[in-house]
Amino acid sequence: MGAGHGHRLFFHGHSVVHRAPAHLKVLALVGFMLVVVALPRQAYVAHGAAALVLLAVIAVSRVPLRYLAPRMVIEVPFAVFAVLMPFVSHGPRTEVLGVAVSEPGLVAGAALLMKGTIGVLASLTFAATTEADDLLRGLQRLRVPDLLVQIMGFMIRYLDVVTGEMRRMVVAMRSRGCEPRSPRHWPVLARSLGALFIRSYERGERVHHAMLSRGYTGRLP
Amino acid sequence: MIPVLDVRGLAFAYPDGHQALYGVDLHVHAGERVALLGPNGAGKTTLVLHLNGILSGGAGSVTVSGLPVVTDNLAEVRRRVGIVFQDPDDQLFLGTVRQDVAFGPANLGIKGAALERRVMHALDQVGMADFVDRPPHHLSFGQRRRVAVATVLAMEPEILVLDEPSSNLDPTSRRELADILRGLDVTVLMVTHDLPYALELCPRSVVLSDGVVVADRSTYDVLTDEELMAAHRLELPWGFDPRSIGSLPA
Ligand SMILES: Nc1ncnc2c1ncn2[C@@H]1O[C@H](COP(=O)(O)OP(=O)(O)OP(=O)(O)O)[C@@H](O)[C@H]1O
Ligand SMILES: [Mg+2]
Repeated sequence: MGAGHGHRLFFHGHSVVHRAPAHLKVLALVGFMLVVVALPRQAYVAHGAAALVLLAVIAVSRVPLRYLAPRMVIEVPFAVFAVLMPFVSHGPRTEVLGVAVSEPGLVAGAALLMKGTIGVLASLTFAATTEADDLLRGLQRLRVPDLLVQIMGFMIRYLDVVTGEMRRMVVAMRSRGCEPRSPRHWPVLARSLGALFIRSYERGERVHHAMLSRGYTGRLP
Repeated sequence: MIPVLDVRGLAFAYPDGHQALYGVDLHVHAGERVALLGPNGAGKTTLVLHLNGILSGGAGSVTVSGLPVVTDNLAEVRRRVGIVFQDPDDQLFLGTVRQDVAFGPANLGIKGAALERRVMHALDQVGMADFVDRPPHHLSFGQRRRVAVATVLAMEPEILVLDEPSSNLDPTSRRELADILRGLDVTVLMVTHDLPYALELCPRSVVLSDGVVVADRSTYDVLTDEELMAAHRLELPWGFDPRSIGSLPA
């Protein structure tokens, strides 16, 4: 189950990384993340080594950094937070470029930025080289409870349907002179999100009926 | 002869208290193709959901080839009654056409080569065999409708129930689906607002209105009975005259 060919973060390719069994990739990703999170904050060399390992994997996968970089914007809120930390934290002060900043804040901010960047890049690489379908089968092989895997599969399958429905609702709102971007119309937007939720819920019910009609008993074959 | 579908005195109210069916009687015999007509809100979909026990709990009974639709028989009933829902997006929920068509028979315990044969046979019947490895949500609407029919055919049902099969299809897809349905060797109950389609495909029509059956006759008789048609909000498309086409042999 799943979205089949090419979800949004997928980068088509045939490298070793693409072909590696998904459950191994999941294990590798989780293991790698645990190590990176567990590294002492000031172990800069170790962080550098982890980053190098990651870059090597990316090189082997032939996913261009140009493809991954723009997708890293998801990290921006955390990066902003990390950059603010030296200014808002307490503790002994040091000077950086003539500005007095908190030393523990600086260390913590730098650590957050390093760990965060490595983590996001590793996840993106994983996503870019793994089909949704394979991921789900990999999770199944890792004995993730069936129900969870099914729920993830349905989420992937119906993401397009629900976002499509939302797009159509927004178009219909715009056509009737309501601009969802303007705060004046936010109450309407909130109500339409409620409607979207109910629609999705009812669709879920109809899908369930269709499954029962074909003999579904709680386990995907 | 035992009817494939035998509905007696079926009444049903939704949990919110809205009474949708008030004592419906309906019989469909093997090999028949029957149209279920009626205005919006008549209770057609509600009736369809009773045929394989998705909805239940009201008065009356439903029997499928002699087997009562009760909790203990649901698995067998759902094998015998194949329902194609109105929105193919509700019916196609897996990653590829193959997985979706295999879903029903796999639930019946069919595996391996036999499963593959069923899948390919069902897809052949609707002319979609070339799309077996495509994700369903990348297909056109008409193609999805055909795959939805295949998902049910793969269970080799005794009766095929279609909820508005021609809705949202372009004229060519609509005709192609008619050709497919006519070519199938299976009993059909078809819910539709498309009266010419009913006349073309179904010798017999049942009219449901406000939760009761108000007519059960040849489709030609129904469509040419102006009083009945007007009383139950049924209208022929402009310029369409059943008299110039005539009746299907019953
Ligand atoms: N989930 C529900 N809860 C409460 N009432 C419902 C529900 N679904 C349908 N109804 C009501 O039951 C009645 C019959 O609905 P049903 O969907 O069976 O009609 P229909 O004949 O299929 O109509 P259409 O041609 O529009 O599809 C309607 O009055 C409808 O408002
Ligand atoms: Mg309906």
